[in-house]
Amino acid sequence: MNWITNYVRPRITSMFARRDVPENLWTKCDECGTMLFHRELAENLNVCSNCGHHMYIAPRARFTSLFDGGTFTEVKVPEPVVDPLSFRDTKKYSDRIRDARKKTGEKEAMLVATGELGRMPLVAAAQDFNFMAGSMGMYVGNAIVAAAETAVKRKAPLVLFSAAGGARMQEGILSLMQMPRTTVAVEMLREAGLPYIVVLTHPTTGGVTASYAMLGDVQIAEPNALICFAGPRVIEQTIHEKLPEGFQRAEYLLDHGMLDRVTPRGKQRDELIDILRMLMGLPPAIKADLPPPATPEPQGDPVTLSEPAAEETAGLPAEAPKPAEPAPAEAPAKAAETPAKPAAKEADKDAGKTRAPSKK
Amino acid sequence: MTVYLDFEKPLAEIEGQAAELRALARRNPEADVDKESQALDKKAEEMLKQLYGGLDAWRKCQVARHPERPHCRDYIARLFTDYTPLAGDRNFADDHAVMGGLARLDGTPVVVIGHEKGNDTKSRIEHNFGMARPEGYRKAIRLMDLADRFGLPVVSLVDTPGAYPGKGAEERGQSEAIARSTQRCLQLGVPMVTVVIGEGGSGGAVAFATANRVLMLEHSIYSVISPEGCASILWKDAGKMQEAAAALRLTAQDLKTLGLCDAIVPEPLGGAHRHPKQAIDAVGAEILKALGSMAGTKPKALRDDRRKKFLGMGKNGLAA
Ligand SMILES: [Zn+2]
Repeated sequence: MNWITNYVRPRITSMFARRDVPENLWTKCDECGTMLFHRELAENLNVCSNCGHHMYIAPRARFTSLFDGGTFTEVKVPEPVVDPLSFRDTKKYSDRIRDARKKTGEKEAMLVATGELGRMPLVAAAQDFNFMAGSMGMYVGNAIVAAAETAVKRKAPLVLFSAAGGARMQEGILSLMQMPRTTVAVEMLREAGLPYIVVLTHPTTGGVTASYAMLGDVQIAEPNALICFAGPRVIEQTIHEKLPEGFQRAEYLLDHGMLDRVTPRGKQRDELIDILRMLMGLPPAIKADLPPPATPEPQGDPVTLSEPAAEETAGLPAEAPKPAEPAPAEAPAKAAETPAKPAAKEADKDAGKTRAPSKK
Repeated sequence: MTVYLDFEKPLAEIEGQAAELRALARRNPEADVDKESQALDKKAEEMLKQLYGGLDAWRKCQVARHPERPHCRDYIARLFTDYTPLAGDRNFADDHAVMGGLARLDGTPVVVIGHEKGNDTKSRIEHNFGMARPEGYRKAIRLMDLADRFGLPVVSLVDTPGAYPGKGAEERGQSEAIARSTQRCLQLGVPMVTVVIGEGGSGGAVAFATANRVLMLEHSIYSVISPEGCASILWKDAGKMQEAAAALRLTAQDLKTLGLCDAIVPEPLGGAHRHPKQAIDAVGAEILKALGSMAGTKPKALRDDRRKKFLGMGKNGLAA
């Protein structure tokens, strides 16, 4: 077993547990087992500083780290009828929504905001995997349509961060109709000549992948994100064959020509600024002059938060096989000596990049 | 030979008795069975009326998947003339789960596209049970390009359990192919009419069904996920497909109530598989009617009509 989990963590916990300090100050990376200090993990945008594993990040935290000065204005999404089909499985859909709202503090599975990115107006939309597996129902459809309409009105590009188990089964046939509805939104942007960039995050599956999430002018993915139509287990059951390593992961899709880029979270902001300025016909950004984003607040335990809820998804991301362990053998010991240090180093490096002058 | 569904068992008995009587009469010309067999026929008809008048969602699924239900190629053969299949996606392969090409409908040239499931073991394997791979959607996109360039209306016939969940299909971009096909539907400057003739399985159906007019056969279904799949995920019990089918709102009648389908095409008593010609002709008449209503409409108006239609969907839920 892991030396840190069994020895270091209890010791640290007992050290801090006395009073004042919250017990959940540390998060264990579910890939490499490194203990990560919450503050540094937040500074590193919930990416493990040891192995680069990308954990769940809430839409608000993402926007804080994306927009200039971390400021953005939420776009109002027209509210659909809640539980339009009065759906009930083992639980009432209206109860599931209520629980998801309590768990996330958000109204629904997508957040839309406007603000500036490198002093350029931007509309961004981010899907929340924590809210019923980010599943796409009427609200998500409305959110994407609202995002596109706002972008057209402001002549601004749209960047969309996808994360979903697929369509929201509890909205039955109405959830399926979000595929053409959101595609209409993409068409609005196209017609207005505005860039639409999709950043696919872990996991993006099912009807979401087969509609707006694959229709970007530029397709970027986060490292190791599961991106698929049918989930790996469904495929294994169909073809009775073991799937190759890394199947349906971002790097695999890149190799198969299905993506433009795989970009770590910490580098996405600079990359988006560069790409969008070129597509919008703007001169290169003078990066030293750009207002930096802000550091998101720690979000509690991203590992627990990132556990996908299988019962809430149509696309079966929960059935995905674990990716290979990328952690180098000596890493845990090193991390054990100075648990916070690697995280801090990574964060500095990233922050430096964000504020660095143009490399060109 | 008639294939009976599980809920048709009592019907199978009565029809079996009538058939036996008639066979007996053929062997013994002097035996008078007319009265008796006619009484049985009448009883069978009553039972059909009763069964098919109140099909629940799960039974609808069974009828929609009935192996003897007329399939895409039956519709093409009966409704269209000069059908000229066009093959391939010009990229990787020709997907036999998707049929399509040029044809005339009542003399007017159109592009027809549809899923074909096959009707015996050999043809089912050949058509991959109607489950398309990316090449199928890319063939459809190519055919829609052709229709758009030459101003031909597009008629699509939807009948698929869903897109094929396979390794190669994923590697070659199943999601992207479906998304692009849906997008291509929306971009068409020509009228597009879709008829769900059997099973409208999830995204694999949407890719061909983002049309100006969406029609559904009386016992066809259109769903985000199969009832079996939904039951195993939400109820953790694949046997709860009856509950799932009802909850998902997948029948033609549900879609009509929700404002998601424009018209329901009535089926002959006992389902399209009992009187295929009648069912196919009824579909043909509805397609012509729908196309006629859009004749002379400008490309931009057709695109706007499609956008408005889909954007407006689901506004009121069941209170529509
Ligand atoms: Zn790690």
